[in-house]
Amino acid sequence: MLGYAGRILHVDLSSGKTWTEPLKEELAKKYIGGIGIGMRLYLDNSKPGTDPFSPENPLVVATGPLSGSMVPTGGNGHAFVSKSPQSFGVGEAKAHGHWGTELKRAGYDAIIFHGKAEKPTYLWIDDDSVQLMDAKHLWGKSPQETEDAIKNELKDFYVRVASIGVAGEKLVRIACIINEKSRAAGRTGLGAVMGSKNLKAIALRGSKDIVVTNKDRLLELVKQQHERMKGPAARKYRVLGTPENVLVLNALGAMPVNNFTNGTFPEADKISGEYLNERFVAKIIGCSSCAMRCEHVTVVPEGPYKGTTTRIEYEPLWAMGPNCGVGNLDAILKGMELSNIYGVDAISIGGLISFGMDLYKNGLIDKEQAGLELNFGNHEAMLEMIKRIGMREGFGDTLAEGVKIAAEKIGKDAYKYAVHIKGVEMTGYDIRGLKTASLGYAVSFRGADHNRHGAYGPDVSGKVNRFKAEKGRGKLVRETEDLYAIIDSIIVCKFSRGTYYKGYEDLAALYSAVTGIEMNAEELRLAGERINNLGRLINIREGLSRKDDTLPWKVMNVPIPDEGPSKGSFVSQEDLDLLLDDYYEVRGWNKEGMPTMEKLNELGMEDLAYIVEDKLGPEKSKRKTKTEE
Amino acid sequence: MATAAVPKPQAARWKLVSCDPEKCSGCAVCEYICSLTKENVFSAQKSRIRTMRLHPLINISVACRLCSPAPCVIACPRDALEQSEETGVIMVNDDKCDGCSWCIEACDYGAITLHPEKKVVRICDTCDGDPQCVKFCPEEALDFVTRDILSQKARLAVTKKLFKESMETAGIKP
Repeated sequence: MLGYAGRILHVDLSSGKTWTEPLKEELAKKYIGGIGIGMRLYLDNSKPGTDPFSPENPLVVATGPLSGSMVPTGGNGHAFVSKSPQSFGVGEAKAHGHWGTELKRAGYDAIIFHGKAEKPTYLWIDDDSVQLMDAKHLWGKSPQETEDAIKNELKDFYVRVASIGVAGEKLVRIACIINEKSRAAGRTGLGAVMGSKNLKAIALRGSKDIVVTNKDRLLELVKQQHERMKGPAARKYRVLGTPENVLVLNALGAMPVNNFTNGTFPEADKISGEYLNERFVAKIIGCSSCAMRCEHVTVVPEGPYKGTTTRIEYEPLWAMGPNCGVGNLDAILKGMELSNIYGVDAISIGGLISFGMDLYKNGLIDKEQAGLELNFGNHEAMLEMIKRIGMREGFGDTLAEGVKIAAEKIGKDAYKYAVHIKGVEMTGYDIRGLKTASLGYAVSFRGADHNRHGAYGPDVSGKVNRFKAEKGRGKLVRETEDLYAIIDSIIVCKFSRGTYYKGYEDLAALYSAVTGIEMNAEELRLAGERINNLGRLINIREGLSRKDDTLPWKVMNVPIPDEGPSKGSFVSQEDLDLLLDDYYEVRGWNKEGMPTMEKLNELGMEDLAYIVEDKLGPEKSKRKTKTEE
Repeated sequence: MATAAVPKPQAARWKLVSCDPEKCSGCAVCEYICSLTKENVFSAQKSRIRTMRLHPLINISVACRLCSPAPCVIACPRDALEQSEETGVIMVNDDKCDGCSWCIEACDYGAITLHPEKKVVRICDTCDGDPQCVKFCPEEALDFVTRDILSQKARLAVTKKLFKESMETAGIKP
């Protein structure tokens, strides 16, 4: 079991006690690492129905078996897992950089935080020494200031820090956890969970050796991956970066504009990946062990936002750009920088502000309530609103609850403008005209997200008729979900997915060379399926069901109005039902979207049958017992 | 060791591992391959080359510069360090080295590290003239070069920068 550190660290913030437990080989084999092991540890260490901000709600962070090794993009990941204050189901978010590497070097596969610290605290791990430190002086500071302050007081520049900003402290439901100043575990609001525990930061220094089982085999594979990463599979990420999507999606009429009002953006040229690179990108940097490097660091060269320095990807660019009607890249980059400073998810922040703009436009709130002229395209108002959400000031305090809860508070027709799935704000694909993707989004266990599946792939590439809901899409979604679950559990970067020419076989080879656990492609795929069932089971335990596998009101009721290829498309209830039925069937789930006993037995998840037993009805709930085997 | 203070005439021929900060992405692949090659493990602390990211825009990897005369050799009170006349590599005599770290203080580049378990210092030995970090660097930011080639590279870069416009006019692609 090399590759794994073999230890899980428990930190009880209430009592200040810390202890370790060994990582069981069975857990490692079944759930691999990252979100897989993270979700299983979450499940086993939590009670159903816990409020996300209760001390009883544990926060888990896990590395993958490849973290700390030289596997390109694999050496550096980590995944946070807890109950999401947005979806009230399972929340998870990954980040890369150097932090995950350091956690493994310190000798831990995962940390589980229990309870709540009495006062602001940060955790300082120096290999086997684990200390809770006073963080009173760090409270109110940005993640960037926090990192500098901690490095200064620990007097070691190579200490790696993950921390929350003011938004996390103030329980803003879209708060994220930022490591190394610009890398965010962004989605599902886990920064607020960390804030609810009075935990400001986790600082790491690790000096243990990372030993792999088959060094020669691993080096062969590393060389192969290095070569592939120089090729076409990684071209997009190496050259323009994800902002390449702007013109691609815009041409398809699939880039949401003004809070999913339109599907094309007239000012797309002004915010394109091409223009971004020409004018703003100063340097492209990489995470630990990466042979691709994708992090496009931009600097605003002149004007009111001169000197703004930030990383940018398509999603936040879209969220604070077209989705808010903003065609000014200087302002979008400033917005990205502010998101990192306040510590909010830079995708959801755009969703919150565009929601506010939509309410303002449609007269559900007035200027007095908004506190600003919150018009689409008003980039100054957008930037001010990031601050107000981060600080929970004025109308920002309402928006800080996320669009779903905010819409409930505002009442009337506000829910129609709340573009979310399971309480998590949408990402930058107009799924009205991307039917495979719409299914992927609807069933994603962490709510609206393109990263739990890659289901926009077949739609955008033209492999399927993207306007049609038909049988067969369930299989496509299931396949990509299983692969993505493995990518997030073995933890390699999603951007490297194209370099595994043989899919699971390549990933299994890397896993086996590092860990010495022989695993073939099918076993790894099965683990991916298991992890998706695990995510679903946690959600079922928390009361989610088929009714939650749904789409934003606009997606289901307002056809895309723009002239162009996507005109008139939307996802009807009939479409959605057809897609869900097909998907549940290929997953081996019942009509309510619940894993059956047969499926759980097949996946070796009998131990979790208790979650669905009562809900499946007497016939179906027959549990396989030892004597029957 | 008075003789060590005189620059060696053959130093011009020595090749060192040099990093171009314009290209370096801070990925630390050099640290990984170095520790694997030398110690059979992945460990930043056991790597003879170290990556530094001061700011997203400022990344560099640092290994031994093969100084001549070498301040580390001069600083060592136990004569545990010796510079190869042929390659310029600083050779560490593990029997003599007691980890006192005077050499670490003497090195202006932070290119010397103390081995965390053996408590003796470790310095880049250029993998006997075939540095693995240079081979594996995905950005080709690392180079194994003589000082002469280094200055040539710098001249090329500055010339291209100075004459960028004229070159475009003349149709020369940099």
